Amino acid sequence: MAILNVNPTRMELTRLKARLKTATRGHKLLKDKQDELMRRFIELIKHNKKLRVEVEKELKEAFNEFLLASAVMSPEMLEAAVAFPKESISVDIKKKNVMSVHVPVMNFIRKLEGDEGSIYPYGFAQTSSELDDAISKLYSIMPKLLELAEVEKACQLMADEIEKTRRRVNALEYRTIPELQETIRFIRMKLDENERSTITRLMKVKDIINKEA
Amino acid sequence: MIYMFKVGVIGDKDSVLAFKALGVHVFTVSEGDEARKMVDTLARTNYGVIFITEQIASLIPDTVERYDKEIIPAVILIPSNQGTLDIGIRRINENVEKAVGSNIL
Repeated sequence: MAILNVNPTRMELTRLKARLKTATRGHKLLKDKQDELMRRFIELIKHNKKLRVEVEKELKEAFNEFLLASAVMSPEMLEAAVAFPKESISVDIKKKNVMSVHVPVMNFIRKLEGDEGSIYPYGFAQTSSELDDAISKLYSIMPKLLELAEVEKACQLMADEIEKTRRRVNALEYRTIPELQETIRFIRMKLDENERSTITRLMKVKDIINKEA
Repeated sequence: MIYMFKVGVIGDKDSVLAFKALGVHVFTVSEGDEARKMVDTLARTNYGVIFITEQIASLIPDTVERYDKEIIPAVILIPSNQGTLDIGIRRINENVEKAVGSNIL
């Protein structure tokens, strides 16, 4: 491992020692952060995967029913039937801080206009029952789909952050800290060597003085 | 920070029309350029969640990826009525690999 390009002086030694202390502390903190992030991420991603598989399966069924509905109804009628929804969905997004990753907390607000009870935005006279099935199916999937949106977004953001943290931890662990340690060792050796050479010089000088006297 | 965001769906007409009955804003597109513009427009105009069918998303992977790092909007893939292309699941696995280093699921 290469040592840093510094002058072997006492001042430099103090400076490097301080840096090493900071780096070690930073490494420990980042490592803790990485571990905790990873724990949460694994929990979340398992949930995410399960949710996605479920949602995809159910959506497929709903689409099949809708396909059936569009087969028995004319396209114009179908479009007219769904054109004016009774329900409106909006989402209130807050940020939550999970180990310095900002993940969204989504709060979905579903408003049903007019009479409660019926989710269908059309009269029953001109539509087929297949459409009812499809819509009601889709209606029941919606909460899951919205939850999926929240969880999947959080997972994406956390995956990014974990990758970043891992790089930092590794850079500190395998690069910065060993480099600092070696440089400190190098400066210590150099200083000790200087000290020894001073002592020998002094002894030599003393010898010469004694001889002359 | 509390805002009210809208929810939108982008996809081919046959797949996403049904969402209209649920009060989700539906945008039908058929080709990549159109879809790219649509996603960007929605992202700029206060949409918090954008569902996009995998068929359309597979045409514009860069655009979808670009929003991965942003908190808002969440671009979420859904299968279309022609079934799933498994892009959604693959993206989950990619996330796992990115975070953990190998696929542990």
